Amino acid sequence: MLHIVACVKQVPDTKIIKMNPKTNTMDRASAPAILNPYDAHAVEEAVRLKARYGGKVSVVTMGPPPAVKAIRKCIEIGADEGYLITDRAFAGADTLATSYSLTKAIEKIGTLQPIDLIICGKMTIDGDTGQVGPGIARRLDIPPLTSVNKVVEIDRVAGQAIVHRKLEDGYEVIQTTLPCLLSVEKEINDIPYSTLPNMMRAARYQPVIWSVEDLGIVDRTKLGLKGSPTIVAKVWPPEKPKGGEMLQGSSEEQVNGLIGILMQKKELFHKSSATAEGGVQ
Amino acid sequence: MNIEDYRGIWVFLEHKEGAIVPVSLELLGAGRRLADKRGVPLSGILIGDGVKALASEAVAYGAETVYVYDAPIFHYYRTESYMRAVIACVEKYKPEIFLYGATSTGKDLASAVATDLATGLTADTTMLDVDAETGLLEASRPAFGGNIMATILCKKDRPQMATVRPKVVRALDRDPGRTGEIIEEPVDLREEDIRTKVLDIVRHAVKKVRLDEADIIVAGGKGLGGRAGFEMIDAFARRIGASVGGSRDAVEAGWIEHARQVGQTGVTVTPKIYFAIGISGAIQHLVGMQNSGLIIAINKDPNAAIFGACHYGIVGDAFEIVPMLTEAFDQALREEVEHG
Ligand SMILES: Cc1cc2nc3c(=O)[nH]c(=O)nc-3n(C[C@H](O)[C@H](O)[C@H](O)COP(=O)(O)OP(=O)(O)OC[C@H]3O[C@@H](n4cnc5c(N)ncnc54)[C@H](O)[C@@H]3O)c2cc1C
Ligand SMILES: Cc1cc2nc3c(=O)[nH]c(=O)nc-3n(C[C@H](O)[C@H](O)[C@H](O)COP(=O)(O)OP(=O)(O)OC[C@H]3O[C@@H](n4cnc5c(N)ncnc54)[C@H](O)[C@@H]3O)c2cc1C
Repeated sequence: MLHIVACVKQVPDTKIIKMNPKTNTMDRASAPAILNPYDAHAVEEAVRLKARYGGKVSVVTMGPPPAVKAIRKCIEIGADEGYLITDRAFAGADTLATSYSLTKAIEKIGTLQPIDLIICGKMTIDGDTGQVGPGIARRLDIPPLTSVNKVVEIDRVAGQAIVHRKLEDGYEVIQTTLPCLLSVEKEINDIPYSTLPNMMRAARYQPVIWSVEDLGIVDRTKLGLKGSPTIVAKVWPPEKPKGGEMLQGSSEEQVNGLIGILMQKKELFHKSSATAEGGVQ
Repeated sequence: MNIEDYRGIWVFLEHKEGAIVPVSLELLGAGRRLADKRGVPLSGILIGDGVKALASEAVAYGAETVYVYDAPIFHYYRTESYMRAVIACVEKYKPEIFLYGATSTGKDLASAVATDLATGLTADTTMLDVDAETGLLEASRPAFGGNIMATILCKKDRPQMATVRPKVVRALDRDPGRTGEIIEEPVDLREEDIRTKVLDIVRHAVKKVRLDEADIIVAGGKGLGGRAGFEMIDAFARRIGASVGGSRDAVEAGWIEHARQVGQTGVTVTPKIYFAIGISGAIQHLVGMQNSGLIIAINKDPNAAIFGACHYGIVGDAFEIVPMLTEAFDQALREEVEHG
């Protein structure tokens, strides 16, 4: 029976988020909080492995109390248990401090039932660093495997797993010892609609909530802002290139105007025509 | 930690198919600038199996010292083996700044190394500078899906580490006349200590797409309505010798392959000419192409954001404009040849 722990984060939906043009800050209230989309794939993969090999899926998140919603979403996908670690002392954590706190929670979950596999998303859509997963793996001293797009096999008895890691132009087949940590790509699976029983369970589900004391952390200097070597010193909206010139007149006139501009770069076209590539098969 | 003990700028020299990858050469260019500003040396670290010869390439691109770990255990990239070499080298020579390409390998390695060294790592940097006096690295990066830029500092820990996106800094011209020192480092890793094995590498049969190296890109978006629209811009692209790219919405609709996605979660491109056709100009798309030499937008909505981000804009229906453009361009080039 496998015990898989998936790490998930609640994030603002960055598709919808608005910037306040006066203060140059993000108007977080404008964006609904969602389960990080990559983490939904992490949980789905854990649920699939449970279906294949039997076992249990636990999810853990570090965040403010409303992150309970993200855990409920995971229960809907099919996770069994959820753990929320929440405390003011965690605020302002960079990836080093985040991986420390999460590792403490994972260690505690592991005392309840030994863990075979930890699964993270490839990255979040807010911080989007992709650094937390490998950080947890190093702290637990287990192999980190990023860019995983397929789990071929898990052999709990032999203590081994085989996975595919995505490369720019293909993939590599990796054998690893268990336990290990996988950061998964979104193409690893498709997430089906939630089942009614899962939805009903999710609606009433209350996760286990742990504070700093519950985790037995004594060294608070490793947490939050204090435990973070990096600081965000300045934030500003990305500069957009200045608006250019709109070509004028009928379609024909606009096209001819553009040709005139392009012909000033004609060496480029003569050179490139020899290596025409296009791209649509 | 005494940060005064840390000195010099380092670049992780990633390599592939017997050559240093372009982003590592770009980082040597950036590193050279930082090192000169600080008055400290620039070094590279090269790890692999039979890679010694690449060290002099790194020197030709600006490194003064190259530390080489050359052994069969490094035949394939594996986090654990590479990480140990990097950590040993950092502990021995103590660099103040350490840059990696924000490739899948560079990000994987840097995240693991940063945890063991308990130091800060700035992700996916797109702008780099250093304070000449304090040596503080000012690494700036997009976050929140490209909605904001942030400058990240690492004040109290060393080395200050960052992964840097391809194509955001320039490599120096190759100069075989540059000289440098190549130092072979001892390797005392045993295969039994590494818990992962590469069983196989499978390369896709299709030709590699190198959008980030294209001089001209014709990119299409949701406005092209379907595959037929992409066939139309493909014909245009072939005529002018361009590569085809696309927005994420076009990729997700399945009109074009993922490797051709330009933007935040796709590739960053810097062609000499970029055509954005039927693309609205969402910020996540703009961050991937805004450093192109000449940006031309074609969109039927005069208020599309892309017009605020291009050099020249045409308001019109792509299905009318693009065939006209292909035709007119053909004509112009032919006349060019006839009249010399
Ligand atoms: C503008 C800005 C820029 C930043 N830049 C940096 C930077 O360059 N370097 C740096 O170290 N920190 C940076 N941070 C801090 C960073 O965003 C936080 O540390 C964050 O808590 C974790 O990083 P992430 O969101 O990038 O997660 P990622 O590393 O992208 O997440 C990868 C996976 O780890 C798991 N995971 C991540 N966070 C949690 C969580 N809270 N609970 C459970 N699972 C989790 C999920 O499975 C997730 O898919 C930045 C913050 C801001 C606001
Ligand atoms: C975390 C995150 C990461 C993302 N990463 C990327 C990324 O890497 N790359 C990316 O591109 N997007 C990315 N996006 C998505 C991005 O926000 C936009 O949704 C996307 O770029 C829109 O694609 P589009 O411009 O093709 O489509 P739309 O926004 O639908 O725009 C279509 C445009 O075509 C025009 N049009 C319609 N018909 C015609 C016609 N016949 N002729 C001419 N014009 C016409 C319309 O006026 C419109 O402006 C990301 C989003 C998030 C949240």
